[in-house]
Amino acid sequence: MSTLDKREAGLLLSLFRVMTRIRVAEKHLAELFAAGAVPGFIHLSIGQEAVAAGVMAALGPADTLTTTHRGHGHVVARGIDLDHFFKEVMGRAGGICGGRGGSMHIADVSLGILGANGIVGAGIPIALGSAMAHRVRQTGGIAVAFFGDGALAEGALHETLNLAALWRLPLLLVCENNGWSEFSPSSKQFKGTLRGLAEAFGLAYTRADGNDALAVAAAATAAASHARSTGPALLECATCRVRGHFEGDPQKYRSSEEIAALATHDPIARAGALLTRSGESEATLAAIAAETEAAVAESIARAKADATPAFDAALADVYTGGSR
Amino acid sequence: MALVRYVHAINRALLDAMAADPAVVVLGEDVAGAGGSFKATRGLLDRFGEERVRDTPISEAAIVGAAVGAAMTGLKPVVEIMFMDFVTLAMDAIVNQAAKARFMFGGQTSLPIVIRMPHGGGLNAGPQHSQCLEAWFAHVPGVKVLCPANAADAYGLLRSAIDDPDPVIFVENKALYAQQSELDAAPAIVPIGRASIARTGRDATVIAYGASVGVALRAAETLGAQGIDIEVVDLRSLQPWDRATVLASVAATHRAVVVHEAVRAFGVGAEIAATIAEDGFDDLDAPVMRVGAPFMPVPYAPSLEARYLPGAQAIIDAVRAVLA
Repeated sequence: MSTLDKREAGLLLSLFRVMTRIRVAEKHLAELFAAGAVPGFIHLSIGQEAVAAGVMAALGPADTLTTTHRGHGHVVARGIDLDHFFKEVMGRAGGICGGRGGSMHIADVSLGILGANGIVGAGIPIALGSAMAHRVRQTGGIAVAFFGDGALAEGALHETLNLAALWRLPLLLVCENNGWSEFSPSSKQFKGTLRGLAEAFGLAYTRADGNDALAVAAAATAAASHARSTGPALLECATCRVRGHFEGDPQKYRSSEEIAALATHDPIARAGALLTRSGESEATLAAIAAETEAAVAESIARAKADATPAFDAALADVYTGGSR
Repeated sequence: MALVRYVHAINRALLDAMAADPAVVVLGEDVAGAGGSFKATRGLLDRFGEERVRDTPISEAAIVGAAVGAAMTGLKPVVEIMFMDFVTLAMDAIVNQAAKARFMFGGQTSLPIVIRMPHGGGLNAGPQHSQCLEAWFAHVPGVKVLCPANAADAYGLLRSAIDDPDPVIFVENKALYAQQSELDAAPAIVPIGRASIARTGRDATVIAYGASVGVALRAAETLGAQGIDIEVVDLRSLQPWDRATVLASVAATHRAVVVHEAVRAFGVGAEIAATIAEDGFDDLDAPVMRVGAPFMPVPYAPSLEARYLPGAQAIIDAVRAVLA
């Protein structure tokens, strides 16, 4: 069994912290949803936290990103304020989007988060355009598009790969491949492979174990560096969707054996075990979990106490400068 | 004042806007090297270079999607869709992304995007190169829709559109491109949301936009020779539209005809007629009439298209009907 050197252990501990924050936030969202305290639909990324944490560790403050309907992990990993996050998902006035977008539309422009998206694949060309702006404005930043394997059959992806390759833009495309396109296995939805697409367009391609936070961070750091200096890069992370497509999805299309096996891939358990093997104390990890639980509980309490959004303020924000 | 072709006024507005603001970029199919299918972007590549004037592949969805991301990252993209008919391929980027980003992200960002597109028949271009689809966009909260009828408004409104913080659908009628009208040496900016009185008159108000304004003015000449004096209101801006000017004109003439080249059913004219009925009912001496294309695709054969397009006689007939 391998152990980590001091630098790796330090990085993994910080990734563990981020992954724990995502997991605890989403675990509470599942409970809140079941209790009727979250309106609409939510799509949880439990099991996929290593991708969010690992990729975000490779980004700088000037970088921008677009994410998906399953985007809580990305925005939490990028550092969204938990109060802003929970208030938004719970439809409150103090939400990052004023309660107008909800779980599927979280954006925090101050952090370069150009939006989660309710349309599969739609964030990919948006990231392309952001990369174009980084180039034209010479910001030094790159744009990152997160997408799932469910987007592999979307034309927006294929158009974007072509454009990114033609224009050699500073774009990092991150596919979180959890094997499922909503309720269907992706193998029944997409005939090719992402590697094959990368080859077709002459794009740099890397595949990482998406349940290994350190492996994702290393691959993302290399891919982001390529995007920054040379041109577009594709990173495919194989991971596991533990929950259904949406909360409340009974997942009758998956075998109980498959679902039971998911625990062995849990990126947080894997990181924790590796950290303790490498000399980190159980108490430190337990303290991180406890601190996170407390912070999330406080944010949820503040979200519950927050006001509902004002209709007139929403109406006034359809256009810049007020209603007409 | 000089006589200038409509398309040259557009070209001049693009050139002046790009010279005034380095954030303005132009994107579209054949807009750079070829100078645009209708030559609206001629000369921009030489003046501003390929970073700011980009030929794109034939990928409408990704082009407009990229404009969304570019706008959120500090650019002011001006996209050319070669024919308005092709905008169907970019509807997600316009309707779900550009139109909603400001609202659903809680006002964190504005999206200064202009999407130029030529509509209209008269070139025997057939069912997929002739449609007037502006009513679709006027129905979507978050976008503005403009449709100038002459060179001065084409210049002045395009400058306003590019300076506007919100997404603008800028509709140009292909039949107008070669038409000459007066343009000042230092052309004025035309504010969005203001109609103009193209012709003053006492007996009835004809409300039109785009190429239909010229048709209405021809009808007015004929009617004038017969002793009927009509006022022609050029809407210029469809969303927002100038209710005050329209209602004031109807209050003076007591009769209204709304004209457009688009299909009459569920068109822009229906909204205007309904508004006059709701807010100007007491001023009316006759029901509001609508003149528009029949409920059929734009036909190809010159004989069919000539009958399809609403002409001066249809306006004359409608004016006579409201005066009967």
